[in-house]
Amino acid sequence: MSTVFTKSAPGREGVWPKQPEHDLSDLLPAGLIREVPAGLPSLSELDVVRHFSLLSRKNYGVDSNFYPLGSCTMKYNPKFCEDVAGLPGFARLHPLLPQLPRGDELTQGALEVMYESERWLAEITGMHDFTLHPMAGAHGELTGVLIMAAYHADKGNKKTKIICPDSAHGTNPASAAIAGYEVVSIASKDGIVDPDALAEVLDDEVAGMMMTCPNTLGLFEKNLPKIVEMLRSVDALLYYDGANLNAVMGKMRVGDAGFDVVHLNLHKTFATPHGGGGPGSGPVGVCEKLAPYLPISRVVKDPSGRFHLRYDYPKSIGYVAPFYGNFGVVLKAYAYMLRLGREGLIKVSENAVLAANYMRKRLDDVLEVPYDRICMHEFVASADKQSHKGVRALDIAKALLDKGYHAPTVYFPLIVKECLMFEPTETESKETMDQFVDDLRDILALAETDPAAVQAAPVTLPVTRLDETAAARNMHITEDM
Amino acid sequence: MPYVPHTTADTRAMLEVVGVDSVEELFAEIPQTLRPKSFDLPAGMSEMATRAKLEDLASRNSTNLVSFLGAGFYDHYVPSAVDALTMRGEFYTAYTPYQPEASQGTLQAIYEYQTAVTRLLGMDCSNASVYDGGTAIYEAVMMAVRQTKRVKVVISETVNPIYRILLGTYTVNLKLELVTVPHVDGATDFAAMEKAVDKSTACVVVQSPNFFGCVEDASALFAAAKAQGAVNIISAYPVMASVIKTPGAMGADIAVAEGQSLGLPMSFGGPYLGIMTCTKALVRQMPGRIVGRTTDSQGRTGYVLTLQAREQHIRRQKATSNICSNQALCALRCLAHLCLLGEEGLRRTASASIGNARYAAGKLAKIPGVTVLNNGPVGNEFAIRLPRPAQDVCLAMIGRGFVPGFPLGRYYPGLENCLLVTCTEKHSRRDIDILAAWLEDEL
Ligand SMILES: Cc1ncc(COP(=O)(O)O)c(C=O)c1O
Repeated sequence: MSTVFTKSAPGREGVWPKQPEHDLSDLLPAGLIREVPAGLPSLSELDVVRHFSLLSRKNYGVDSNFYPLGSCTMKYNPKFCEDVAGLPGFARLHPLLPQLPRGDELTQGALEVMYESERWLAEITGMHDFTLHPMAGAHGELTGVLIMAAYHADKGNKKTKIICPDSAHGTNPASAAIAGYEVVSIASKDGIVDPDALAEVLDDEVAGMMMTCPNTLGLFEKNLPKIVEMLRSVDALLYYDGANLNAVMGKMRVGDAGFDVVHLNLHKTFATPHGGGGPGSGPVGVCEKLAPYLPISRVVKDPSGRFHLRYDYPKSIGYVAPFYGNFGVVLKAYAYMLRLGREGLIKVSENAVLAANYMRKRLDDVLEVPYDRICMHEFVASADKQSHKGVRALDIAKALLDKGYHAPTVYFPLIVKECLMFEPTETESKETMDQFVDDLRDILALAETDPAAVQAAPVTLPVTRLDETAAARNMHITEDM
Repeated sequence: MPYVPHTTADTRAMLEVVGVDSVEELFAEIPQTLRPKSFDLPAGMSEMATRAKLEDLASRNSTNLVSFLGAGFYDHYVPSAVDALTMRGEFYTAYTPYQPEASQGTLQAIYEYQTAVTRLLGMDCSNASVYDGGTAIYEAVMMAVRQTKRVKVVISETVNPIYRILLGTYTVNLKLELVTVPHVDGATDFAAMEKAVDKSTACVVVQSPNFFGCVEDASALFAAAKAQGAVNIISAYPVMASVIKTPGAMGADIAVAEGQSLGLPMSFGGPYLGIMTCTKALVRQMPGRIVGRTTDSQGRTGYVLTLQAREQHIRRQKATSNICSNQALCALRCLAHLCLLGEEGLRRTASASIGNARYAAGKLAKIPGVTVLNNGPVGNEFAIRLPRPAQDVCLAMIGRGFVPGFPLGRYYPGLENCLLVTCTEKHSRRDIDILAAWLEDEL
């Protein structure tokens, strides 16, 4: 399909504001005026609408396809939440208003949304305080690690290292590194953190450890109490990557379990859409001793029930976002929490875990499941068996696309060979999962009899497999004029 | 319960397959000692009741003020079709395009977005976005530090102060030397910047139009900095970039921008859009996703995520950045907005906004005791000096339903009497006339 630039016809009128009264040359000196036009397209409104409508048809999304992409919690994104986020009372609100004299009074509704969202998240996780400012999970990680660093600096601790299990998501070590830490990786044992491996690397220079629980294999970290104790002994902090919170709401609170810092992905657990790559929202919660280091501003409620933004926290790490984070995303998550309430959130986790176990049991005779025991909200399988026939995890993923499903996550976590990670989520019906399982079983049967057919997939989509090596070599990342 | 489809019979059937008697058994591995000490949350509400509550909250925000507030975040007109197109579920309920064959819509759109913003800023390459214009500056600085292996960062005080604070937060543990060069009456002190640049300088960072609205040409500074081996970074205002000298024409190596002004609602601070562009020479230092064009096994054109060896999922702690999720849907909005306005529409938006600011500055300067701070050309904002504290005047004007601008004293000690006034194409002459009349009244 040709690009929008090739559809341009100079002179065609788009959505133009009225003709300005001044010529540019009356407004700016010649030397500051742009010499050549940018080369943006000239299109009619219908041209644009049709172009984007056609593009949208080349995409899988939760609205049209089952999307069991592990670690990404691709649950249904309620239309209601989208709708209320667009209310003009929120959408038209300028972020600098609260910084005007008595500006808090102009934004009481928005401040209440922020205050209440923080309280909900604090109660769900058992953390003392929250900031909504981080704009995605990885941004939350960086914020959390900076808070840990500020704590240690304040206490005069000389800390240089952060520990990440080998099953950790890539953002964990990356966040620790860009915050200025050396990253120490430890090997898992039986799919979970091995206290002996931890003991080997734990010393006084360890600032903290980043954990995901359930971890990226979908397994609960059974040795958590022991790990907490070990870290405490060297005044190291425990970080919780909350990407997998969907498994444990109402079943475990990370604060109660001893975690000091946590980030949540509202664009996973709290049903805000992923938007084809973002925007997300990665609120960070902390235990009481770390609260002084949270980013500013912070939202507070006074005894009369009015809300205010406060900036006077001398130990704060400062601004991590220009304002209050991805407020529009937080608003959707708040609407979602209000809708579900206490029982609803518990049911979310129960049904997410039930669904993952159901799919695991329906598949574990045809796909190797390396840790074949009760899993949490997702499970990891391996296409190792199939790979002897030449059919790899990637091939199975592509074949699923042909059947109208998005593929599971492949080749992550890095510690399982030919890895396929399934996360059905709580919003998919049994019928959908059953059909998926049947179709996947058909693919696996085909892999035995006609591996080439699976390797050729996908054949029903707008394109077949793409040459990624050529893409990197040729580097066509913009359209030539 | 909402959004969970299972009937009692479904649940029973699934439990049976799993081989457990109850859902609770699935959580047996979580020891009693780790069970929640409390889970004290309200009961759920119907959609209708939740809507009523949120509409009530929305009504407690003042969005009916006539506002001259900008300072980096602008209320430009957004065509209706932007919402209609980006609200298509095929776009907004997709994940990052990890499976390119099933994501050509997102991928081609990002490729077109990359093309549009590089053309707008006069640069070679763009990524698929970072979180916002502030984190874009931080990422740009880190690109420069890696590229030059130097530690000194020379930044003008006329760069949005919020972004400068943010840069300080992120780099606190990194042993960088941040040198902030003070402004002169709202103008960038190019001579002082040039003097501050030496062989240890990783980059210079400027903004144009700058925080005070001055349209500036950094070409000479960039030439001098380049001669010292430094990387030139500029933060732009993308609407204005359609009519003013581009970052590329000035010799920028990295041009970043807050993309909010291109089709995104104000939404109380986000989600916004961090635009990041650079020269070809620097593309391998770029953070985040980049989409490239290629061909499929039958020779047809298609798009994929490319140059991934820079990224966290491959390189882990050695990645160029930790970014994973970005602001893809905001980039899509930006592209739709640019396509709907087109080159001419965007230029008209810029010219009309500048024209309104010109008119407003003329009007306000006629009020006794009010002077315009800027000495040179401005875009759609300018600063005025008042005979008394801007905070007080602002408060009085809000009482009349007008936000006259942003009081500068909060971020610029010494400028307590100054107000940054912003116009867009949405302001009418009448809005501006009333602003001037009432301001005169208050002084
Ligand atoms: C386990 C885990 N941690 C962290 C992240 C990063 O979150 P984000 O993409 O929002 O930055 C992800 C998401 O991909 C994840 O799955």
